Amino acid sequence: MKKESDFFDRPKVRKTLLAMFVVSFIVLLVSDFFVHKHSYFYWDGLPVFNAVFGLVGSLSLVLIAKYLRPLIMREEEYYD
Amino acid sequence: MTSIFPPAIVFIMGALLIPFLKGRLKSVYMLILPVVAFLVLRGIPEGNYVIGQIMDKDLSLRIDRLSLVFGYVFILATFIGIIYALHVKESGEHIAAFVYAGSGLGAVFSGDLITLFIFWELLTISALFIIWSNRTKAAQGAGFRYLLVHLFGGVSLLSGIILRVVETGSTDFGYIGLSGLSSYLILLGVAVNVGIPPLHGWLVDSYPEASVTGTVFLSAFTTKTAVYVLARAFPGEEILIIAGLVMAVFPIFFAVLENDLRRVLSYSLINQVGFMVVGIGIGIPLAINGAVAHAFADILFKSLLFMGVGAVLYRTGTAKGTDLGGLYKSMPITMIFTLIGAASISALPLFSAFATKSMIITASGHEGMTIVYFLLLFAAAGVFHHAGIKIPFFTFFAHDSGKRPKEAPLNMLVAMGIAAFLSIFIGVYPQALYSILPNMVDYVPYTADHVISQLLLLFGAFSAFAFLMYTRIYPPEKRSINLDTDWFYRKAGPAVVSLIGVPFARIYAFLSRTVLETLPGFLAWFSRNPYGAMKIGADIILLSLSGGGKEAQKNLQKEKAAYPGTLKEWSVSTAVTIALLIFAAYLILFFFSQ
Repeated sequence: MKKESDFFDRPKVRKTLLAMFVVSFIVLLVSDFFVHKHSYFYWDGLPVFNAVFGLVGSLSLVLIAKYLRPLIMREEEYYD
Repeated sequence: MTSIFPPAIVFIMGALLIPFLKGRLKSVYMLILPVVAFLVLRGIPEGNYVIGQIMDKDLSLRIDRLSLVFGYVFILATFIGIIYALHVKESGEHIAAFVYAGSGLGAVFSGDLITLFIFWELLTISALFIIWSNRTKAAQGAGFRYLLVHLFGGVSLLSGIILRVVETGSTDFGYIGLSGLSSYLILLGVAVNVGIPPLHGWLVDSYPEASVTGTVFLSAFTTKTAVYVLARAFPGEEILIIAGLVMAVFPIFFAVLENDLRRVLSYSLINQVGFMVVGIGIGIPLAINGAVAHAFADILFKSLLFMGVGAVLYRTGTAKGTDLGGLYKSMPITMIFTLIGAASISALPLFSAFATKSMIITASGHEGMTIVYFLLLFAAAGVFHHAGIKIPFFTFFAHDSGKRPKEAPLNMLVAMGIAAFLSIFIGVYPQALYSILPNMVDYVPYTADHVISQLLLLFGAFSAFAFLMYTRIYPPEKRSINLDTDWFYRKAGPAVVSLIGVPFARIYAFLSRTVLETLPGFLAWFSRNPYGAMKIGADIILLSLSGGGKEAQKNLQKEKAAYPGTLKEWSVSTAVTIALLIFAAYLILFFFSQ
């Protein structure tokens, strides 16, 4: 067997990836102000709408799921 | 035109030879079958062909643009799925897989409702054997539940078909539309296979229980065949928009919480089919194209994801988020392929869903459907969350589980490689897929606006995930199961049955005790000494009437204990005399009654 890789555990790699993410996010956010939009509704044509939507949508998704958990979660042997 | 050879038969008949072959020959044979099916399909010009008869009704084969797309991707999925399963020595699972895939082909190419129904049922039965081929107790139970739910759907479909054939006098399978009982019954039967809530419980119940290789097949055919039937028979039905939205939105909440990664993928399967159902419900040519294209892309990236998680399950014995993590260290190639699947399902630009799912969302915007557009966008962000991030993150990264499994076997890697290549190919060169879609629509996915908006959506969603992980607000993976609609027949059902059954069982037990034990027992006791028995009876009544002293009770006890006692020995002559007297009395009675 090959020796195992620890590529993603290296702090340097992690930092670089994070930096790449942040920089490209900023570039995207800025360019969103300049691109010509084909919007269908007044709200989806707003600049950075999708970024905010993705952020808020995902936050609410996880938080709702989290509060749903006590309601639907059972131990693994529930049906046995 | 009986000279036409249906591609479905290539698979179904071809499967019968598999058990007689061994080793390399068997592998080669199984790989050739999809190629043969493809060539056979290519050899048939578009049109309708009668291929047989049953009870004076024609069984027919229809080749047109809509059925062809599904045919191609079914054959492709079979080819990939078989490569992935080449290491499986047992023939049973392979046979079931080919019959299953063949049934899918048969269903999409059926030109009439009877042929459709035959293949529809064959699809259910062969899927059952795929589930059972895992040979675990859980798979056995899930298989039985799968069968029951699908039998219900099948009966509904059949009733609808029979009603329709009686009403219209034709078995033709074309546009049906919602009008009248027959169409509702047909739609209900199809809805079971589509997995429209609350009829979706079977999917998340059974797919994660099938074998590593079986689930790859299962994920491709049953739901997509049903999507095809919807596209053929119910395009533009508004109720499908609502059903599709429910499918697209509700599973993402479950997927976030679910620990079993194959179950996460099952929820994500419902979510993706939801997009297709919405597209069919919208019904404009762009939306139908989107639904069909997305079905094509989904079969590839969903099987890719199931293959990635399956390879991990195969190597480590578990597909649970709690038990995995850090596997990129020893399974890097599987990790890369899974990431490609994740990027494809998340509709990252240059990956397949970007070019397919967007058609559906665009169509909803085009039609000015605000809520639909809004919810689809939310669902798209949710997909990225559970399938795009959660699956690869908890498997290959996250906390190091300490597991260092070997890289997946070569055949699995090849299968994943093909699916990964095609997912990127569709993303980079979508025109290839667009050119075989049923409707002629000019759609350009790669505009600056679309690319940037989609990237922003995904970046936003990723930031949310990173934030929640960093602050530890993200609900931790837990060993657990989550309740879903299958609860109703797994828990509530048995409870209802016992609620009705237990009183009935009690009544039955009482009756059988009375009739079979108490009454005969009493008669036997009584006939041992009728005179003594009657005396005891009379004494009991007297005692209870008089209130009775201790003395009398003691006497009764004595009497009971002595029972039946010694009977008076009667001589034969006495007995004969008594018999004669009774006989005489009978004669007199008879005489006067004349």
